Amino acid sequence: MSPSDNPPVGAPPASTNPVPAAAVPTAAAAISPLDAAAVATAVTAALAAVTAANSLDALKDARLAHAGDRSPLALANRAIGRLGATDKAAAGKLVGQARGRVNAAIAARQVELEAERDARVLIEESVDVTLPVERGLLGARHPLETMQERMGDVFIAMGWEIAEGPEVETEWHNFDALNFDPDHPARAMQDTFFVEPVDSGLLLRTHTSPVQVRAMLERSAALLDEGRGIYVVCPGKTFRTDELDATHTPVFHQIEGLAIDKGLTMAHLKGTLDHFARAMFGPDAVTRLRPSYFPFTEPSAEMDLRCFVCGGSDPDCRTCSGTGWIEWGGCGMTHPNVIRAAGIDPDVYTGFAFGMGVERTLMFRHGVTDMRDMVEGDVRFSQQFGMEI
Amino acid sequence: MPRVPLTWLAESVDLVPGSSAEDVAAALVRVGLEEEGIHGSDVTGPLVVGRVLSLAEESHSNGKTISYCRVDVGGHNDPAEGEYPASRGIVCGAHNFAVGDWVVVALPGAVLPGPFPITARKTYGHVSDGMICSQRELGLGDDHTGIIVLTRFGFDAATLTPGQDALALLGLGEKTLEVNVTPDRGYCFSIRGVAREYSHATGQPFRDPAALAVPAPTASGFEVQIDDAAPIRGRVGCDRFVARTVRGIDVAAESPAWMKRRLTQAGMRPISLAVDVTNYVMLELGQPLHAYDLAKVAGPIVVRRARADDRAAAGEKLTTLDDVERVLDVEDLLITDSPDGARASRVLGLAGVMGGASSEISETTTDLLLEGAHFDPVSIARTARRHKLGSEASRRFERGVDPALAPHAVQRAINLLVEFGGGQVDAEVTDLNEVAAVEPIEMPVGFPARIVGMAFPGDEVREALTRIGCEVTGGEEPVGDAVLTVVPPTWRPDLGSPIDLVEEVARLHGYQQLPSVLPVAPSGRGLTHSQRVRRSVARALAEHGLTEVLSYPFIAPERLDELMLPSDCSRRDAVRLANPLSEAQPLLRTTVLSTLVDAVKVNLGRGATDLAVFEIGRAYRAEGTARAARPAIDARPSDAELAALDAALPSQPRRVAGVLIGHRVPVGWQGAAEPFEWSDAVAAALVVARTVGAEVTVTGDAFGPWHPGRCAKLSLADGEYVGHAGELHPKVLETLGLPKRTVAFELRLDALIAAGERLLVAAEPVSGQPLAKEDLAFVVDEAVSAGALVATVRDAAGDLLEDARVFDVYRGEQVGAGKKSVAITVRLRAADHTLSAAELLGVRGAIVAAVGAAHGGVLR
Repeated sequence: MSPSDNPPVGAPPASTNPVPAAAVPTAAAAISPLDAAAVATAVTAALAAVTAANSLDALKDARLAHAGDRSPLALANRAIGRLGATDKAAAGKLVGQARGRVNAAIAARQVELEAERDARVLIEESVDVTLPVERGLLGARHPLETMQERMGDVFIAMGWEIAEGPEVETEWHNFDALNFDPDHPARAMQDTFFVEPVDSGLLLRTHTSPVQVRAMLERSAALLDEGRGIYVVCPGKTFRTDELDATHTPVFHQIEGLAIDKGLTMAHLKGTLDHFARAMFGPDAVTRLRPSYFPFTEPSAEMDLRCFVCGGSDPDCRTCSGTGWIEWGGCGMTHPNVIRAAGIDPDVYTGFAFGMGVERTLMFRHGVTDMRDMVEGDVRFSQQFGMEI
Repeated sequence: MPRVPLTWLAESVDLVPGSSAEDVAAALVRVGLEEEGIHGSDVTGPLVVGRVLSLAEESHSNGKTISYCRVDVGGHNDPAEGEYPASRGIVCGAHNFAVGDWVVVALPGAVLPGPFPITARKTYGHVSDGMICSQRELGLGDDHTGIIVLTRFGFDAATLTPGQDALALLGLGEKTLEVNVTPDRGYCFSIRGVAREYSHATGQPFRDPAALAVPAPTASGFEVQIDDAAPIRGRVGCDRFVARTVRGIDVAAESPAWMKRRLTQAGMRPISLAVDVTNYVMLELGQPLHAYDLAKVAGPIVVRRARADDRAAAGEKLTTLDDVERVLDVEDLLITDSPDGARASRVLGLAGVMGGASSEISETTTDLLLEGAHFDPVSIARTARRHKLGSEASRRFERGVDPALAPHAVQRAINLLVEFGGGQVDAEVTDLNEVAAVEPIEMPVGFPARIVGMAFPGDEVREALTRIGCEVTGGEEPVGDAVLTVVPPTWRPDLGSPIDLVEEVARLHGYQQLPSVLPVAPSGRGLTHSQRVRRSVARALAEHGLTEVLSYPFIAPERLDELMLPSDCSRRDAVRLANPLSEAQPLLRTTVLSTLVDAVKVNLGRGATDLAVFEIGRAYRAEGTARAARPAIDARPSDAELAALDAALPSQPRRVAGVLIGHRVPVGWQGAAEPFEWSDAVAAALVVARTVGAEVTVTGDAFGPWHPGRCAKLSLADGEYVGHAGELHPKVLETLGLPKRTVAFELRLDALIAAGERLLVAAEPVSGQPLAKEDLAFVVDEAVSAGALVATVRDAAGDLLEDARVFDVYRGEQVGAGKKSVAITVRLRAADHTLSAAELLGVRGAIVAAVGAAHGGVLR
């Protein structure tokens, strides 16, 4: 039986059984409304019939037989009108009480039988809920995008803002304004895609640091006029001329942070990184700074994260190669030349910057071992992560 | 990156007793020298000294002659047997040794580089119970012309005993630490520099290996002239040139074993005594040296720039030591000499980068001219980059070599040449020294504390700076604004301003001491409208069933043809890269769809059949691109300069594209499969529009790469075009190898978001009055679009309209050829009363009249 064949719950049941002729009392069986014994017998018969009714149809038949217009009690009731005034009161009381008892029993039985029917219908309507229910394709976000959003939200929550800039950049924004001397080896080390002609002064940004420059240029007025410190993070796509392999990709993503304000120190840099690390890797995250070099920061540091897999206890750990530390990014105090190039006085304002690779973060946070999985566009990679990260 | 053998390091600084290579690496990382790797020799197992007791040469049928040797390996000997005393039998193919020679034997169980495990094996009719090793087999050098005879390898026979451990003897058990040197620390490209840093990290005493007494310059040394007519960025290319002569070097003299071993450990190849000595001193002190064959050099030596040819195009030429003929640029700094009295007429080499073949020392060279010079880093860097000629010398010069080092390094080389080559040094010393004095830096003593955020007492600042080699004066008074005068050491050209000194103080103090303080930012404005909406769009599409992917933005010019873009289309105005990764893909995408199809193909190639993907990203158009200026950075560029920089950039707006392939609903227990159709692409595009809150209208369009009859154009209310959606052109699909009926959309996301931001919703009260519905079917020509028909209905219905939408389209005999019946359900509701029959009749009449007038539509 399919569910649609069931009558809706609560609808009157269709009667399929004709009323048995024998059950219909005849006028010959009429009883006197003054005959207490006969009335009692009729009540007893009616209650027995109601109790015996095991379906709504049977109950209907019992109601017709014992409480219907032609039932003995109905007829006895009708006969009261013909009695004399003195008998009327006694007969009315006798028959009225009898009919009341019968009707109450029918109503109670009706409720019982309807409840039984409703329960049965629900059982008959049950389905296999383990069947596949998704009809269309299931979508997903790319984890590099959700990772950037999650990282950005850590800073949004602290009152920082997200700054963005062009991917095809000027050499000035990407290098000069960041204190990269045109002849310094650091500049040649960033394997740069240049826009033709090669002296166009245009390139694909090698890092998101030019956005720091743009953020400073755009926000310096609010800093200088209103004392509103610059606190921004810059997530985005970056480019270097690396061939794609398991650990390199020519197109990748970074997130950088920049803070310029009065009185900022390396201790604030460390505090910010500690907070970021805990937000991304849990309350036990530990960071370490060690001296390094970047043209746009001085002092500069590399930032390492205590290996959250082995905590430094496993010499064969695959996440940290047994060193106990995972390189997460670079950072430092923004170089005075960089601050000055944005028209801000480095003797009055100081600041710090940091940056990390989003791919790298995804790799060690989620155990991605091959960078190609992130960039080839195979939907199965994104679908592992779903909507959040 | 430099490799530091630990035994060599230990000559200049006492290692902390019991230190492993890892411990040394951990100490160095604290002061900024990151570990790149720890290298040991790849030789393990029993490697012992042996003495050849007997040697029997046997010729075999394959034409080879081998020697069956009995070798005394002391405690590893087999017992005496027959004619043979206690010894081991080894078959050897080399012939450069004789009975009584001391050799190196790898016994069964040893593993040589390769890996090449040694076992006892039967060969040429003997059991060879080990192997007598060559230099190459042990990873000690390239020599494989014969086996190592230890007495010719710098060892005294008196010190050797059979069975002695040869791993230790040959230094094969030593560890070499490779460190990553950042570009500001050129001096760490030397044992001297790394030892100094190790001393800084640990406090262990440093002994300067360059601290050698040098004789004063004389007037009659080899004549050298510096003649730089075109200094780069105002700096003369060479400011110091030391030249000294060593004569009578024994041409047969070999470098001592320890020197060869260290060169090998440091990653260089031992070549000859003279070359090895110059390399050894460079590795040890950081000063590149050059040795000329004195017989091939005619004074004076002139350091000058290359000359342009008369025709200016091609200049002088030089064949460098790597046997490449190079056309020189006028910026190249050269070492030249003066044959036949013609001054500076012959090019000897590219200064500081690579010598020329003509004056190269050979196996017959006995008299050497040693050059130790200091060159301008910028000049060297440009030449090395121009000629793609990075050398050990140029790597050091472009990072900055200590200008005080040259005479000491030359002296060190002379000492080694005299000791191991038997040479005699001339008394004359040339030392052209025009090195400018190091400029002192003035720094308030409280400056490091202000930048680092922790207290540094004045004497700690002074002590740290003194420890790295600075001369520090002033600032003794214990107040924070006292000013120190700091003269950095000659080997630290990177220290040029107070902020550079801060890093020195901080790193010597230890970054691990830094306090952690979270700064409080001013209250922020949260995400921008665009940032918030972009997230929503990505999420909406993903919830709509599309998967986000990323694709590289590089395309081949052919892709533009494959997409059937018209020749005058702005989507052909691509940005071209000067140095693309692949010459085949020099352009940046002009649409996101043009590279998203690559990701689609990856999925199809891996077996996907039903696929829905999208990408949000930038596309680039060259339009208006100009050469970007490079303003100075000593101050903020003017607003006009900044505007010009931005104006030079190509346009690179964000776009969103999607591709849908196969089935929207695959076949399942609920029913049949439903393929993706053109309408699904439009629906996805409308998801984007709805998410950004922009009102768009859909009209038909013929626009590549879409199917001309199944392409929807999306526009804003003001007519601004925002994108296309529909089925892709069958030819495009065929060319790209995509399945038939693939559908796609691409939208100008930035424009849509801007439109959504402009559109401020003015809320209307929600009416509680009863709804009236009218279903109207109009017979119209095929050419009348449903969109136009509904627009007319909406207009005609006026203020009472709540919604109007098509619920059926019928074609057939009843409506006639070239016609269709479009059924529209119209929902009407008043704001303040129940609509009367007369009102409904009025609206209905107005709609019918308007459709008749506008489209010739007739109510069915």
